[in-house]
Amino acid sequence: MTDDELIWRIAGGSGDGIDSTSQNFAKALMRSGLNVFTHRHYPSRIRGGHTYVEIRASSEEVTSRGDGYNFLVALGDSFARNPKENAYYGEEEVKPLAENLDELREGGVIVYDSGLLDTDEIENFDRRVEENDWHVYDVDLRGIAKEHGREIMRNTAGVGVTAALTGLDTTYIEDLMGEAMGGDILEANLNVLHDAFEHVQEEYDADAHDVTVPTGEHDEEQVLVSGSHGIAYGALDEGCRFIAGYPMTPWTDVFTILTNLMPEVGGISEQVEDEIAAAALAVGASHAGVKAMSGSSGGGFSLMSEPLGLAEMTETPLVLVESMRAGPSTGMPTKPEQADLEHVLYTSQGDSHRVVFAPSDPVECYEQTRTAFQIAYDYQIPVMVIYDQKLSGEHRNVPKSTFDEEPNPDLGSVLTEEELKDQPHGETGIYHRFQHEGEDGVSPRSIPGQKGGRYLATGNEHTPEGHISESPSNRKAQVDRRNEKLAAIREALDADERQEVYGDESADYGVISWGSQSGTVEEAVERLNADGHPVKGLSVSEMAPFPTDLLTEFIESVDDVLVVEMSSTAQFHGVIQKNLGQYGEKLSSLLKYDGNPFEPAEIVEAVEEHGSGEDLSSNTRFEAAAGSD
Amino acid sequence: MSAFSAIGEEREVEQDEFTPSIEPQPTWCPGCGDYGVLKALKGAMSELGKNPEEILLATGIGCSGKLNSYFDSYGFHTIHGRSLPVARAAKLANDGVEVIAAGGDGDGYGIGGNHFIHTARENHDMTYIVFNNEVFGLTKGQTSPTSPKGHKSKTQPNGNAKTPLRPLSLSLTAGSSYVARTAAVNPNQAKEIIKEAVQHDGFSHVDFLTQCPTWNKDAKQYVPYVDIQDSEEYGHDLHDRQAAQQAMYETENALYEGTVLTGRYFVDDERPSYQEEKRARGDMPEGSLAERYFEDGEWERSYDFIDRHA
Repeated sequence: MTDDELIWRIAGGSGDGIDSTSQNFAKALMRSGLNVFTHRHYPSRIRGGHTYVEIRASSEEVTSRGDGYNFLVALGDSFARNPKENAYYGEEEVKPLAENLDELREGGVIVYDSGLLDTDEIENFDRRVEENDWHVYDVDLRGIAKEHGREIMRNTAGVGVTAALTGLDTTYIEDLMGEAMGGDILEANLNVLHDAFEHVQEEYDADAHDVTVPTGEHDEEQVLVSGSHGIAYGALDEGCRFIAGYPMTPWTDVFTILTNLMPEVGGISEQVEDEIAAAALAVGASHAGVKAMSGSSGGGFSLMSEPLGLAEMTETPLVLVESMRAGPSTGMPTKPEQADLEHVLYTSQGDSHRVVFAPSDPVECYEQTRTAFQIAYDYQIPVMVIYDQKLSGEHRNVPKSTFDEEPNPDLGSVLTEEELKDQPHGETGIYHRFQHEGEDGVSPRSIPGQKGGRYLATGNEHTPEGHISESPSNRKAQVDRRNEKLAAIREALDADERQEVYGDESADYGVISWGSQSGTVEEAVERLNADGHPVKGLSVSEMAPFPTDLLTEFIESVDDVLVVEMSSTAQFHGVIQKNLGQYGEKLSSLLKYDGNPFEPAEIVEAVEEHGSGEDLSSNTRFEAAAGSD
Repeated sequence: MSAFSAIGEEREVEQDEFTPSIEPQPTWCPGCGDYGVLKALKGAMSELGKNPEEILLATGIGCSGKLNSYFDSYGFHTIHGRSLPVARAAKLANDGVEVIAAGGDGDGYGIGGNHFIHTARENHDMTYIVFNNEVFGLTKGQTSPTSPKGHKSKTQPNGNAKTPLRPLSLSLTAGSSYVARTAAVNPNQAKEIIKEAVQHDGFSHVDFLTQCPTWNKDAKQYVPYVDIQDSEEYGHDLHDRQAAQQAMYETENALYEGTVLTGRYFVDDERPSYQEEKRARGDMPEGSLAERYFEDGEWERSYDFIDRHA
């Protein structure tokens, strides 16, 4: 964290091209040598409505969105301009400007499209500008866009104005435009960019404000990726060549990325009738010898409960992604929440028998998805990768070399026809697929079409031969064998050294986070330590089998623990207590469930106010540990 | 050399090869129509020279799901209503395997109805056998989607208020490219129809009337039956969709009036299978996808595509 940072927000109507404009701008900043982090906010609506993308850029590492922001480009909402819709949308036309003022920092910059927005319609605008020392630039972005091309290019005009006002070299933007478009469109956009840039240089004094683009340098080449890219590429590099799904926000992100890649890598993507089918297809493909994946968001994942249980019982390798959004039911489709944790851990009848990972950033998304496939195929067990709307869409720069890894198409514990010959078979040749002799509870599988490998996979309890059975001794032996795999997986994961604890090692105050909120908590912990509050942090990304040793050691090492999560019922807090059976008097919770991810300041405040009984100023809720006042 | 040498193996296949050693005698009720399916399937597969290890039989849940325990091959006894999505993915993944799905009328036309419609629509290259006994057998006689109107059961004590579903018409409308109805009491026809269904390139749907002597005594034995291909009174051009539609409509009506019509109803040899459609679009590799995992060769990796993010 540094004061020398640009947090640029472009706001407008959904469907106004804000996503692609901000992507390019983030890339331009990255190419200029900065670290970038994007945060997108959009309504659950087809077109129109207030939407924005925020890009935080700094020469230092950025792991979170910031507290507020310092540069606003407010476009008009193109959909709200439709006269027929005025009755419905009312004042939405000015929302890209009006709705974004609360979070703009003191001394911040406002660029608005004077061709579309009228500040007279915003209550107390002038007073607020004065009070906050904001610098306002009214530029007819629409006019510039129309002069050289089409109205939609006012995005480009906004970028041109930004470059002029922050001192960013437009070459990076020009290069990116040249890579993305050509011909007349490129020419028009370049004209819009230059005209907007020059207009500001002529009309305004950019030194009037303090917001500039910082300068930085990368040690190695960077790429701009989201958590969804991390998951998709992790799957690809593990030899996943079958993806089945049904559209649902935000899961659609990873589904789309893989669907577009599959033809290029000789794989198959299937968009199917519902999520029951999607997960069942992944089970079928995996059973038949292909590395397969499916996934959904909370509602669709509910439908996957059945095939998930089938995969557990038949010991079919399966990787499922759950991209959380705020629930219950349809909830808030485009807003993040972490309240599907228990859903993913326990859904489907019978004892839960699965592995659950919750990566915290795009690199971890990549690495854990790879591990997910390895475990699924080695141990023949379903593995879930759970993330959320926040991590799904936020982009960060990571070293390009992150992805310079060898592919691993290994099918795991599968026998060849040659190996099958030495395995136990029944009288007429049935392979004893579910034998108890395997290592770590794993009985190697065969694939349909292999000679000497035929067996019955069944969702009923079954004998080592695959025959349906309700014999008590067989039942216990099979359950014990399957459970043995979880213990073996935990042991293997523990053996893998990971850096999960950070901050002041000697602190007696600890903060625990999981999944997508970890980057924000990390920044808060860093700030607290810098401000003289010794704190250590733990980010948990292996949810099941539960990392008992890691959590015990961390909690034992401090006096108080704050568990930070986006859920109203403190689900992860509950999971910790369920697994450890103690520490109720140590664990407090900081909860947020208003649809927006945490900002670092909210965590800082909660730690500083811990136990003081003071109300928190933000949309968060503090739950004190058991037994405390 | 293929990693799946059972596929396409040229040899005589005896019917007995499909009889498992663990439970050679099925435990269906005496007189159950399900025996007829098992017998017809064994006969068809042996006559087609398909060996147990190149067949994947995927079943749902119900008395019909026990077929997997009595037919020795690669098997996947899935969950209620879900045999089709499991089966069709297995076929996409491992192209050479002969994939057959089977389930009851509740399984296929009720809880799995959505999968039935869409698997037919997509025309996956596989065979689907529905054991249609017009009742839920395993759960002891409740009314099913094909139970006649007025059918009384413990869950419909005042008689079924619902009109039965029309399986053949639904199948045709959904997009099946081979549709037939046969009956357990007509073993030769059943065997021949299953052979045709397996050989057909596309989604073959066989509605198999399987009398339930325990829970659906009204349906009797589905006798006497009429084979519409052998009858003077019936018969239509199998490639004519409209004629097929008419014949199906009459057949479905006739069943509830005591006349059991069976035979082939619709065949579309022209329509490409789903596999062919996908390959034509570059959305599916040629040959078996599963085979690749057993071969030496280069695999693409994300690094090949990463420059789009630079």
